[in-house]
Formats: sequence, C-alpha cells, structure tokens
Amino acid sequence: MEGTAVRGRLTWQTAMVGSVTDETPQVRTLMLDVPDWAGHRAGQHLDIRLTAEDGYQAERSYSIASAPGEPPAITVERLDDGEVSPYLTEELRPGDEIEVRGPIGGYFVWDAPDGGPLLLAAGGSGVVPLRSILRHRARLGDTVPTRLLYSSRSLMDVIYRSELDVPADGLAVCYTLTRSQPAGWTGYARRVDQPMLAEVAWPAAQAPLAYVCGPTSFVEAVAAGLVALGYPEQRVKTERFGATGS
Amino acid sequence: MSPISRGFHRRHEEAEPAGRVPPGQYVTHDFPVLSAGPTQHTPLAKWTFSIEGGQSPVSWTWTEFQALPAEKITVDIHCVTRWSKLDTTWMGVSLDVLLGAVSYAAPYVLAFCDGGYTTNLPVADLTGGKAWVAYSYDGSALPPEHGGPARLLVPHLYFWKSAKWVRGLRLRDTDQPGFWETYGYHMYGDPWKEQRYAGD
Repeated sequence: MEGTAVRGRLTWQTAMVGSVTDETPQVRTLMLDVPDWAGHRAGQHLDIRLTAEDGYQAERSYSIASAPGEPPAITVERLDDGEVSPYLTEELRPGDEIEVRGPIGGYFVWDAPDGGPLLLAAGGSGVVPLRSILRHRARLGDTVPTRLLYSSRSLMDVIYRSELDVPADGLAVCYTLTRSQPAGWTGYARRVDQPMLAEVAWPAAQAPLAYVCGPTSFVEAVAAGLVALGYPEQRVKTERFGATGS
Repeated sequence: MSPISRGFHRRHEEAEPAGRVPPGQYVTHDFPVLSAGPTQHTPLAKWTFSIEGGQSPVSWTWTEFQALPAEKITVDIHCVTRWSKLDTTWMGVSLDVLLGAVSYAAPYVLAFCDGGYTTNLPVADLTGGKAWVAYSYDGSALPPEHGGPARLLVPHLYFWKSAKWVRGLRLRDTDQPGFWETYGYHMYGDPWKEQRYAGD
C-alpha cells in the first residue's frame, strides 16, 4: 500500500469558477481556478464549501474530473432534493467564487506505475474519477490496455460521451443502458450481471487492476462479481455513494 | 472570510435537536455504505475476535462471543463524508468487557479486519462505555455491507473508526496510522472538532 499522506494542513482556498460544461441535462462540469492548487492524482477528490448570506455553510466532497496537471474540475449530478448540487448545477456562473480544499484521498487513485490491464467500471456519475484516470492515461500517451464498463440509464445520461466516443489507444468502452435504449442499440441493455462481467472483464490470469465506482448496489454487484471471477480483493478498488436502497 | 455564494441558502430546515449534529454534517435517513474494497463474507464458523499484544492473547469464537453480556445501544453516528444519522440502534458487546479480559498497559490499539482494513484508536476512547463490537443493527443481524457479522462501534468519533468486519485489536505502545489515516485522514477524528484530515 503506497501511502500518500496529505502534506501539512489542508486549507480552504477561494476558487473562481471557470468554464462550465453541461454534460447531460442533469450533470454539469465546473472548471475551477484555484490559485494555489498543489496538483492532484487521478481518482482523488476535493471538498467544496458554500456560504449563504446568513452565514450558513454547507460542505461536500466531489471526485476530481480532470487529469493531473490540469486545473481541478468537478462534475456534479443534480439531485433534485439536494441542497448543494442544485446550486452548483443551476445557479453557479463562471466568475463566481466558492471555497475549495484538497486534493484528498490516496486509495482510489491510479498512477502510471500501477500499470494494468485496467478494468474501470462506472455506474452513473461514478464515471467521474475514472474519467480522471482515462484523461491521465491519454495525456501520458500511456497505452496500458483498458476497458471501461459504463452503466447508465439511457444514452442521454452518458457523461463525457463525446470524449468516450473517440477512445484513446488501447481503450475499449462498453456501455450498458439499463432503462431505455435508442432504436437499433446493439449494446448491453441491463444492469451489470455476472455473464456481462465475464464477457467484459479481463481474465484474472492477466493480473488486472479494477476500479469500481457508483451507487452501492452497482459496486456491490461488480466487486463481488470480480472476486468470483478470481480477482484478488486487493486488486478491486471501490468507491461507493448513496444508500443501500433497502 | 468566506465569500458569500449569492443565491445559496439552507434548503433543509429540519429542526434537529440542538447539539446533535456536528459542524459540517447533514442528517440523512438512509444508511449509506462506504467501504474501500469488496464486501467481506466471513463464515461464522471461521470468525474469531482476538485481542493481541496484552500479557497473553485472548480470542473468542462466534459462539463464545454471543455468550458475552450484550447491550442495546442507541447512538448518533457521523461519517466524514458529511452524513450523520441519529438514534441508530445496535446490539453488541462493550469493549469494557472485552478489554477487561486482558492484562495490558498499552495506550493505543490498531483494529484489524477481514479484507485488510485497519484503524487506530486510543484505548481511552474504547473504555468507559464509549465503544462496542456490534453484531446487530435495527433489530436484525448486521448485514455484510454494513460490516457484519460484527463491526466496531465508536460513535463519538467519525465512523471510519467504527471498522467494518472487525476481527480484533492489536494493543500498541505508539499510535500508528491505520488505512485511511495513512491516506491523510485525521489520526483521531473528533466530529465535533471537524477533525477530518491530518492537521485539522
């Protein structure tokens, strides 16, 4: 386990919102201009803090969507009953200021020496930290064989689709659309299950490294499925969000 | 001074009892799952809980553990990812009972778990009715995704200290970082002081 302890105290900094990109009707990417950004690794996250006029503050963590060497960016999915995500996706404008601190985390990260082959499995907005890994890999010109298995409700809900439709060398992207599919869709059209994993995942004999991020039910299914295929638990890194659904 | 986020305001005016929710936290009614790696499924026949590093090691099988005096526990829990959940109910064995079976002088422990997870705690935070090894949640056996068959329950610290799938404690003379602590999370993790990351 290569530790990457955060050096010194993580202080809050004022960041200016740069460009804003609508990825889907529910999802927006915000580029952040942070004057003293220490740089991040692919897969890390950052904290943001919003302050209301009455002094009320809310903090949240978001995965960093950009590659190491790029300015930090976050991709936010709007949760209609949320407090922070509607503000970030609907109210915030380029030039606005928010507070940021980070980067944070050192477990769910990929550095080039970690190698592969890489299996990246994303459920919905769980693709965000995996996109940082993919951009990092592409910017390095790294050709480690990589497969992305990406589960979305519909094609319209696929985040970063324009990027993923032009995959870098050695990258294969495999979608499954769980709720609705466009006419003529020939890809998977169901929740990830064991037969799908057996088809898409690198054989365990190739000593693959897996990163799985998404809602709990998705991560539980994929991580358990990979272990059943013979992946050592230490080679299956997971990041979960949301409730158990039960 | 924090810049004001024009147009941002509190969305949830839930009247929580004063003093129940630490700074930077919000109350959830779900029970989110956060674990670094696949969920563990240890057969009860192979499960033991051990305390190492005392004068002599002690260990309980699942059956022996079930025979220990158990308590019903109702506590608020606080995750470093900012959710808090109030009035969670558990059944488990007090660490006072478990550590009472050992002769030791060490001031720290490293809790160890199936799957390789570890976390560090001062012994003083485990004794005095503040911590348990819990095997039931909300009236049912603790589900694997929430750390079953048994997890630590140390509710006055951020919940990563309440290690899932716990299998024992290693008594130590010095405070050595566990899994998340190695990755920059706080060595102690007091939610009321917002000790999320090293240096907080």
